Order: sequence, then C-alpha cells, then structure tokens
Amino acid sequence: MSEHHDDLPGFCHPVSTKLLFGVFFGLIGLTILTVATSALGSALGMPPAFAFPLAMVIATMKAFLVCAFFMHMYWDKSFNVLAFLSSLLFVTLFIGMTMMDTGENQHTIEAFDINNLANVEVSE
Amino acid sequence: MAVADSHDTHDDHHDLHDHGEFIAHHFDSAEQQFDSGKLGIWLFLVTEVLFFSGLFVAYSLYRTNNPVVFEQAHVFLNKYLGGLNTIVLLFSSLTMALGVRSAQLGRNKNCSIYILITMVCATMFLGVKAVEYSHKWDMGILVRSAFDLTYTHPVPTTEIGKSLHISDYLVYLCVIPALLIAGFVVASVISKLINKNMLAKFMMAMAITVGGYFLGVGIGVIFMNATEGETGSSHASAIAEQPLRLLASTQDDHSADDHNKAAGDSKHDGEHAHNEEHFGAHAANGGEASFDAHHPDPSKLDRDIGIFFSIYYCMTGLHAIHIIAGIIALGWLYWRSLLGHWRTDYFGPVDYVGLYWHLVDLIWIYLFPLLYLID
Amino acid sequence: MVDANTRQKLFGTPETNFLNCTKGWKSWAFTLDHKRIGIMYLIGVTVALFLAGVFALILRSHLFTFDSTMLSDDMYNQMFTLHGAVMVFSFIIPSIPAALGNIVLPMMLGAKDVAFPRMNLASFYLWIIGTGCLLAAILSGKGLDTGWTFYTPYSIDTNTGVIYATFGAFILGFSSIFTGLNFLVTVNTMRAKNQGWFKLPLFVWSLYATAIIQVLATPVLGITLLMLIAEKTLHIGIFDPKYGGDPVLFQHFFWFYSHPAVYIMILPAMGVISELISVYSQKRIFGYSFIAFSSVAIALLGFLVWGHHMFTSGQSLVVTLIFSAITFTVAIPSAVKVFNWLATLYKGSILLNTPMCYALSFIFLFGIGGLTGLFLGALSTDIHLHDTYFVVAHFHFVMVGGTLTALLGGVFHWWPKIWGRMYNDFLGRVGCFLVFSGFNLTFFPQFVMGSRGMPRRYASYDPEFQAFHQLSTVGAFVLGVGILLSFVVLVYAAFRGPRCSSNPFRAASLEWQSSSPPDFHNFTQTPVLTDPYDFESQVYDEELDTYIPREFANPEKVAPRKEPVHI
Repeated sequence: MSEHHDDLPGFCHPVSTKLLFGVFFGLIGLTILTVATSALGSALGMPPAFAFPLAMVIATMKAFLVCAFFMHMYWDKSFNVLAFLSSLLFVTLFIGMTMMDTGENQHTIEAFDINNLANVEVSE
Repeated sequence: MAVADSHDTHDDHHDLHDHGEFIAHHFDSAEQQFDSGKLGIWLFLVTEVLFFSGLFVAYSLYRTNNPVVFEQAHVFLNKYLGGLNTIVLLFSSLTMALGVRSAQLGRNKNCSIYILITMVCATMFLGVKAVEYSHKWDMGILVRSAFDLTYTHPVPTTEIGKSLHISDYLVYLCVIPALLIAGFVVASVISKLINKNMLAKFMMAMAITVGGYFLGVGIGVIFMNATEGETGSSHASAIAEQPLRLLASTQDDHSADDHNKAAGDSKHDGEHAHNEEHFGAHAANGGEASFDAHHPDPSKLDRDIGIFFSIYYCMTGLHAIHIIAGIIALGWLYWRSLLGHWRTDYFGPVDYVGLYWHLVDLIWIYLFPLLYLID
Repeated sequence: MVDANTRQKLFGTPETNFLNCTKGWKSWAFTLDHKRIGIMYLIGVTVALFLAGVFALILRSHLFTFDSTMLSDDMYNQMFTLHGAVMVFSFIIPSIPAALGNIVLPMMLGAKDVAFPRMNLASFYLWIIGTGCLLAAILSGKGLDTGWTFYTPYSIDTNTGVIYATFGAFILGFSSIFTGLNFLVTVNTMRAKNQGWFKLPLFVWSLYATAIIQVLATPVLGITLLMLIAEKTLHIGIFDPKYGGDPVLFQHFFWFYSHPAVYIMILPAMGVISELISVYSQKRIFGYSFIAFSSVAIALLGFLVWGHHMFTSGQSLVVTLIFSAITFTVAIPSAVKVFNWLATLYKGSILLNTPMCYALSFIFLFGIGGLTGLFLGALSTDIHLHDTYFVVAHFHFVMVGGTLTALLGGVFHWWPKIWGRMYNDFLGRVGCFLVFSGFNLTFFPQFVMGSRGMPRRYASYDPEFQAFHQLSTVGAFVLGVGILLSFVVLVYAAFRGPRCSSNPFRAASLEWQSSSPPDFHNFTQTPVLTDPYDFESQVYDEELDTYIPREFANPEKVAPRKEPVHI
C-alpha cells in the first residue's frame, strides 16, 4: 500500500495502512486497559488515589497516538503543532488559576440554604 | 508569492489552472491553498479546544470541591456502554484516516466507502447515547434542578415500548431518525426513477447512515441488559416497597402517592438494577442503614449530586452536537467523493474534516475516563 | 525602465476599480472582495456606534441633575446595559480589525484577498445576525438590565431579554473568531515573495496579535454564555447558588475572555497609530522590533490578568496578589510603544493633518487611560476605586480616547485610498478638535468624582457630584457633535471630494502602490517590495502628482537618496 509515492506533490503525504491499523489496535488496547484498571483496580490492590492519574495518563497516551498519527502531526509543519499545543497551555492556565480561587467560596455555597437566608455565613 | 508573477511563470500557471479548477483565484498554487486550509483548520481546532475547556474547568472545579458527589454519582453510568462507544469512535477515526489516505491517492470510490463507514459509526455512537440518556430519564436522573432519582421505572405507554420493553423516552428519541430514514429511502427511490443515479446513491448512503443509529440503539439495549443483568424478583419487589425519592433540597418533599402507584408495576427487565457483578459482593437491597454503592438509597445521596449530571449532560450533549455537525460535514464529503473530486493535488477538504473528526474523538478520549471511570 | 504610459496605467486613477467593476445590490451582498466586505462592516459598525451613542446621550441627559426623573430607575439600568453591550460587542471589537483591517491587510501583504474570502463574508453576516439578536432584547419589549457583564445570580433571576442578548453576543463571538482565523492564516501563508516577518508594517503585526487573542479567548466567552443560557433555562446549577453553584465562577469565566477582549480593542488601534505617526513624520518608526514584539507580549500577558476585575468579588488573596502583580507587567509593553512613538516624532517632518491630529490625541488620551489603569491594578487603591466613576473614566479613556480616536485617524488616513477622493482637511481637524475637547470634558471630571466616591451605574446620586456630572453631560454632546461632523466630512468626501492620487502622503507600505481606488484584484502589477518605513523609496512624480516607487520613476527626474536603505 505504499507504492508510487514519487509522483505525488510535496504536500501530499499518505500514511501507510499498516501504521494506521497499528495505531488503531494500540488505541483499542489502551481502552481495554483503562476500563480494566477501573473495573478491577480495587480488586487487584491498586490504591484508590492511583485511579485518576492512571486514567489520565492512559488517556493522554491515546491522545498522543490520535494526534501524532491519525491527525498527521508527526509529519506536520511545526507551526501547526505549536498552535494546537499552545491552546492546551491556555486551558491549563484557565483551569489552574480558577481552581486556585474557587475553593475560597465552597464553604459559603454549602452553607447556603434558600429557605434560611438569615443564617448565611460568609467565610473569612 | 500571492500576486501573479511576471511572464516567465505564466505558462506554469496556465497548466495548473487548466485542470486546477479547484484552486481558488486568490491563491497562487495548490500548495499554498492546501497549507492555508491546513493552518485554518488547526486554528479552528484551537477554538474548539478552548470552547470545551470551559466545561472541563467546571468539571475540575466541582470534582475538587465535591468529591463525594462524584463518587456517588458514577455508579449511574455504565462504563461498558461508554467503553463500547469509545471503541466505535476510535474505529471511526481509523476509517476516517483511511478515507483521507484514499483521497490523497485519488481513489474516490474507496474514499466514499470509508466516509460512509465513518458516518455509520458516528450514528451508532449517537444510538448508544440515546439508550443511555433514555435510561437515565426513566430514573429521573436529570440536571441539578430537576434531579429526582427513582428506581421504579415508568411503564411504557407507547405500543412499541410495550412490545419491546423499551422506555418511552427511547421511542421518542427514535422518531426523528425513523422519519429521516424513511425520507432518505423514498428520496433514493425517486431519484433512481428519474435517472439521477448519483443522487440515488447519495440518498441510500444517508439512509444507511441513519440505519447506524438504530444499530446503535439495538446494541445499546442488548449491552445494557447484559451488563446490568436481570434482577431477581425479590430484589425488584424489595425496591418497589420503598418508594424513596430525593428531591432538590430546596423543595418540600412531595407526597409519595404517585410512587406507591408506580411501585406496583415495577417489573422492568434489567433496566433499574445497577451493576452488581463487578463490585463483588451483592448487597441485599436498598433501604438499609449502610450506604449501598450499587443502588444507593436516594435519601443518603449528597444534596448536590445533580450537579454531576448537569456537567455530564452538558459535556456529552455538546459533544453529541459536534458529532451531528461532523456527520453533516461527512455527508458533504461523501457527495463530493461520488462526484470524483479528489486528486493527488486536491484533497484538502477530506483532510480538514478528518482533523475535525479526530478532535471529536480526542475529546471523547478524555470525556470517557473523566465521566465513566471515576472510582 | 518604465515609460510614462505604464506609470499612468499603474498609478493613475483607473476607470474601473473595485467600487464600480460590478453593480447592483447583489454584487455587494454576495461579494467575496475583502474591500467591499470591509466597507460593509464599516457601515455596520457606524450604525452600532450611533445607536449606542444615542443611548449614552440619553444616559448623560438623565444624569444632568442629581434627582432626575427623566428615566425610571429600571429604564436607566437598561440604557447603560445596552449602551455597553452594543458598544463592546457590535462596535468596538469588530471596528478596526473587521472594517479597516479587512480593507488594508491583504493589500499590505501584496495579496489579492484574504485566505478565506467566503469565511470573511460569513463573518460579516454573523455580525448582522448577532447584532440583530442583541437588539431583539430591546425590540422584544423585555430589555436588558444586567449591565453588559451579565453577572450572576441577577442575570439568572431577571426576566429581561438576557437570553436574546447572550445569544447575540455568542454569534458575534463567532464573527470575531472567523475574522481572527482568516487574518492569522493570511499573514502566515499569503505574504508577498521575500516579505519576511520584519518587513511587515506594524499594523499587520498588531492585527496578527489581535487575531491570536480572538482565536484563543472568544470561544471561552461562547461556552460561558451557553452555560448562562443553560443555567437560566434548565437550571443546571453551575452558577446559581440555589442549586449549589458558584456565582463568582461566572466572573472567572466571563473575564477570562473579556480581559483579553480589551486587548483585541486596543492592539489594532496601536497598530494604526504606528502607521500614522511614521507616515506623517516621514520618519522610520523608532524601535520597530520592540513595537512588534510588544504587540505579541501584550496579547499573551493579557491572558494572565483577568482577576483584576474581581478584586472585590471575594477572590482569594493569593490569586489576587498574582493578578495584581502581573497587571503591572502588562503596562510595560504599552509604555514601550508610547515612548517609541514619541521618539519617532522627534526631528520628524510633521504634517499636521486630520489623521495626525487624531494620532497625537491618541498618545495623550491613551497615556492617561493606561496610567489610570495602574491605579486600578494596585490592590489597595482598587478597593476604593472599584465600581466608581474612576473605572468608567479609565475604560472610556482607553476605548474612546484610544480605539475610537485611532479608528477615526485610520479611516481618514486610508479614505483617499479607498475612494480616490480627498476629505476636507480643515473640517476634519475641526471634528478632531471637537472630539478631543468634548471627550476630555466628558470624562476627565469622572476621574475626579470617582475618586471622591461617586459609584457607577447609579441613576441618582448625591448633590455634591452634580457639577461634575453637568460638565460631563455637556462634554458628551460636544463629543457627539464632533463624531457627527467627522462622519459628514467623510461621507461627503467619498462621493464628492476632489480626486486624489494613489499615494498623496508618501507612505511606503504596499497598499499605497495600488491605484486609488484599487483594482478589484488590488494590484495590476506585482508591487515593489520595500521596507514599509523607508519613505525615500517613494519619489514624487509630477505628471501624476503622486509618490511612486523609485523603480518606476523617470530616472532623469529622480533625486538620489539622502539616507541609505535601512537593513
């Protein structure tokens, strides 16, 4: 499936079917892994604190495979890659700063009871 | 580079424009057009990432500040259905990538087949989602303000619902697809009769695409029954005797009248018990003093548990809207493949829609563990 | 060697140009020509400016006396909300990028059009639809009284047309995104041959930085408004405390877009000023790379300061300190620009025409606006100044004294290029004088009364502030007259002004090498690529009464260069 690629224009770069199927099976494997660790994790003695980071790591590995090979990022112009990755940077910024702040109001929100407004406490 | 060069390259331009009718007049070359489109779609993907980021921020905040809510809520999501959907979407990504490859090699027929498979996978995803949603609506699992958990399911009132033992909501969710599939089949037949073969082919392909939705619904129902299992009748009646409800904490408790009525006919197959097999020990039935993780006592759930579902519906709902938009874009690509538009120097649209589709898949890759795999 | 006929053809007034090459309303409604789209945008934003301006004059009339009954309290709330919403979303954000930028940017790159002309037209129609939805809030009879910021929980509980307005703003957001996306791709892929990044005019740099913000920040506004609509209709419980939501979260979400949005407003304006100052001092802009990098720096730093709108909203102390500190740093690139402009003026050959008057006004007014921002960025002073007229004066100084001034300056500057006709410079300067003095009279007293405690968004106030308010109201009307006069001067010039040449002011960026008005394709011959601030590359041609590139001039009549070509 990777024949006659010399007569193709420079910007035309088909990916080999072998690679695409390989990536697909890798993705399936990772999916099964993540469901299995979630369902059987406690039974296998995995500490509960591990579950979320592990799921995120596996998801990121899957994301990398999709981005690099299905989305062709591996061979792409670095500017496009930079644009996409920088968006993730800004998302991180957004989440980070907002999370640093909202713990602040939680107390007040939990104490908020619309039937009993006189008793609203404002945390200092 | 953007302005017409002087005469010596004029001939090259002529050749290019002769069979380069797909190069827009303001571009100088096929490569410039492709590069522009590629950068354009990547920037669009950046906007999509930032668009979804708001919901991811909301998720992170609420999970950090209300961990109990998230732990309690996750039992109501079926991770096997979620896993199935993940695999379906990954497969659609594969076929999309293969479609792009075919377009790059100018193989329009193969491209159209891959695009069709991608569309069918997309509608299958929506079908499974419809099963999940209707199941939740039966249980009163709605957004925060309307969250009203009950284990006693309403009896189906539609004919189809009664005969197939599926919820009314699911029937309602199948109405539009049913109309669509009928419409497309009719349109296809008519097109064939008036000798518009290409159109007929297109309409038939659209009908097949909508068919994927019903395939998804069917598989979803089977999966749901299989993974949640039939409950023993004692179990069902034990639940029926305790019509407990959790209301949004701002309201007074309703009377339990309507639920006593419903309690009598809670004979739903496999729709209300929750996943017991994977949690090992089978707790007897609800209503005991200790917290039963498998079908939690509604009155013991956190006041704000509905927030998890607000976020769930917003995230999966927005994602589903993007899937529908993707199907429309793919339909457009399918039509152009039938017309044989793709060549080795012009395949941009397939590439760009492909990138969009992969992003939709990428978002699901994160949504799945965040929503379904909370442990 | 170019002969006189060719010169005439290239730089003389053409018979067919982009304005008259096709006729009929459909040729405009369905045009893909960036110049026509830019003109339609200009008309659109002018209508928005006048509408929101009328709201402002109504507000100021009401505030003339301290206990005025001209408007009911509720009506007052609606006036200031609509003034803000229409001005921000329909006027100021699209104004320079979509109106001026669309016309000028591709020509500055020597290109035939933007990268995605259909997306450009779509962006315009989205503007129309979005503005229509925003106005539907008024026309539906429900109005809008939440303030343009739509703060929760009031925006959830109120029965006014919040959903129309937020949906309108959502659509306008897409209009903005499309423009930004288009510009980013155009600058990346469609520059002229050999036109490297540091050969670009600074207006292009500023539009590029603006486009980065548009693409990154606007989607967050989109999701915020959608969530607000979901909260209002479905009560999902994310912002509403009744359902366990956090109303301050809305403010985080809202300002994550809206602070970078103010940089969308000011960056293109600064780009225009860079062009005006250098052309009308006939001197190479001082510190080109500093100005170019400062545009990008402002764009990026602008994402890190949104919390300075929330110092008194119950934000945590740690986060407040971080935001305050970074707010100070974002002032630095802006100051760099101001100093560079001043240095450009020094020993320049100044032409004090209308655009230059606007450019000089800008430096003065933006300087004040920017400095007063620092008062607000400092936590201790902001505690007292937040929600007072000091804030109102600050942002009007930067938005009106800044962006509107630069818009007027830019429109006057490029008007001869677009229409091939010259404006009446004397009346133009009168207009500028009225705008400048009216503006100062309106908003300077507001700094004083704000620092003395006059709160914003109040329909009635203590009698001690009445004198300030009266000055402010008089000033507002003078400002209105100034803007109206400028508008009349421009419209008259477009249709009846004396014909002018392709490059009357000896500018050196590429758009001035096209004819006035330009051809449909912008250039009939590849433009000669020069440094955009190398004014000596353009020489005067007597026959055509215009400045043309040296390469095309009659060599016998051309004086040698005084300064070598800048590397």
